[in-house]
Amino acid sequence: MQGRIGLLLRSPLALACALTLITLVLVALIGAPLVKDIANTQNLRLRFFPPFSLDHGWTYVLGADALGRSMLAQLIVGARTSFLVAGATVALAAVIGTSIGMVSGYVGGLVDAALMRISDIIVTIPSLLLALSVLFVLEPSIFNLIAVLAVARLPIYLRVSRAQTLEIRERVFVEASRAIGATSATIIWRDIRPLVVPTVMTVAMLEIASVMLAAAGLSFLGVGLQRPDVDWGTIVSEGREYLTRAWWATVFPGVAILVTALAANLLSNWMRSSGDPLQAAAMGASASREEAARQ
Amino acid sequence: MLRFLSVRLTTSLVALVGVMVLVFFLARLTGSPASLYLPVDATDAMVEAFNRQNGLDQPLPAQFAQFAINALQLDFGQSLAQQRPASVAVLSAMPQTILLAVVAMTLTLALSIPLGIFAAMKPNSLLDRTITLFSLFTASIPDFWFALVCVLVFAVNLGWLPTSGQGSLASWVLPVATIMLHPIGVLTQVVRGAMLETLNAGYVQNARARGYSWWRLAFRHALRNAALPIITVAGDRAGGMVNGAVIVSAVFAWPGIGQVLVAAVYNRDFAVIQAGVFVVGIAVILLNVLVDLVYVAADPRIRVS
Repeated sequence: MQGRIGLLLRSPLALACALTLITLVLVALIGAPLVKDIANTQNLRLRFFPPFSLDHGWTYVLGADALGRSMLAQLIVGARTSFLVAGATVALAAVIGTSIGMVSGYVGGLVDAALMRISDIIVTIPSLLLALSVLFVLEPSIFNLIAVLAVARLPIYLRVSRAQTLEIRERVFVEASRAIGATSATIIWRDIRPLVVPTVMTVAMLEIASVMLAAAGLSFLGVGLQRPDVDWGTIVSEGREYLTRAWWATVFPGVAILVTALAANLLSNWMRSSGDPLQAAAMGASASREEAARQ
Repeated sequence: MLRFLSVRLTTSLVALVGVMVLVFFLARLTGSPASLYLPVDATDAMVEAFNRQNGLDQPLPAQFAQFAINALQLDFGQSLAQQRPASVAVLSAMPQTILLAVVAMTLTLALSIPLGIFAAMKPNSLLDRTITLFSLFTASIPDFWFALVCVLVFAVNLGWLPTSGQGSLASWVLPVATIMLHPIGVLTQVVRGAMLETLNAGYVQNARARGYSWWRLAFRHALRNAALPIITVAGDRAGGMVNGAVIVSAVFAWPGIGQVLVAAVYNRDFAVIQAGVFVVGIAVILLNVLVDLVYVAADPRIRVS
């Protein structure tokens, strides 16, 4: 771990990305409670107040929306929701997907086949359509949004952890554990999990950006979050109605998503290239299909 | 090879059946369409008549049995909103989406293959870093936002392109660009990775030692062997273009499967949702078969074994 941080300090781009992400998370966590009231304050005299002017204080430096609410404060409040949704979705999908994947790979047989078919089903339905129909049934809320996104993202973790488990299962130290009478649960927890988790962490880092984009897309389509909950996607979709009148209401929240996703993507790209080459190989998207075709 | 194809087809069909069951019950959970299609002051008798007419008065298992029998005959019932068979409503929207996807995928491949090869030419060079940054950048832009900003810049401010419609060639530019946005970055990275691997292989080094030009090496020798992962990811992304189609329909009012499906969800048009998911599912399966066949064409080893 220490080696990783040393490497990070020596790579300016990766360091910049890490600092950007940390800053954004801190602003979201600390700033959101502080500016919540400002974000909800409507000031009709400041409707469509243009950005980059300090005439009405720092809160209006990024302009105001159709109801005269400060864009900057909205963005900070939206940041917290966006990070919460992305973080919780990735964590939920990673924990559940990896657990199922390890059990499925270790136990094998009918359980494995059934779980893989379920994963196929999830992959077959266009994820946006699944989310659209489920969120249309359930009320739009942060919890439902996280649950739906997590289900759609499960197969990735399932496949990665299962593929690794299949390989680790055959190693000598697992056989040794079995020989001294360890139960399957112990073997999965003690022998297999420590080797699977680092790969899953790398995948999870890569997933944060795409989950953030997916959540924003759903909010944009009007089935993700709705007022009083607000995330960056909601702000874009609200700003869209005044696109020609006030470009800043649409452009700024999108820039916020872009900056966050880009920082996360650059960082995970760096993690892969600087990390264990074996991990990079295990994540190869196409490996499993080629193997299947060659059999 | 035939065995492999048949196994894949069987598992895909099992998955499709699972999807259909899931969608049937999910759609029923969205509530009764009666409240949406009848006037607010509809009497109980009217609601009852509406339900009876559309088979909604039956218990759920009976509805499902009827649905399964009809679905086996490719009959998905009447669309409530459009007053025509659901399968017709869906199939008539498919050509627009397929055409859009084919154009977008062709352009994506035409751009990402050279870009990936140039990046792999000198790993860690300035060119490689620029191309990698570009591909990460495209993967980080929210596609719906990209579409809106393009409308603002190119349609509203500059007036070069129309905001919607699909009459002229110009109206295709923004929808195609929106759908290409995410696949192009991913594919460029895949091409780069696959090319790096094959360019280091012994036979390529050998050919280089014998004095073949770099172009010949890259495009004639290495690309053929790097093709498998590229085909896989391209197939994957082509299936994922349904998601892009939903966004394109929302921003540009593009009349395709995206618009039909979104409208069906909001209108509780069960028949169209089911037919739509079935058709999209079949399209994804056919796409997979196509990818498998291209595999065989690209790699003779698969044909032999």
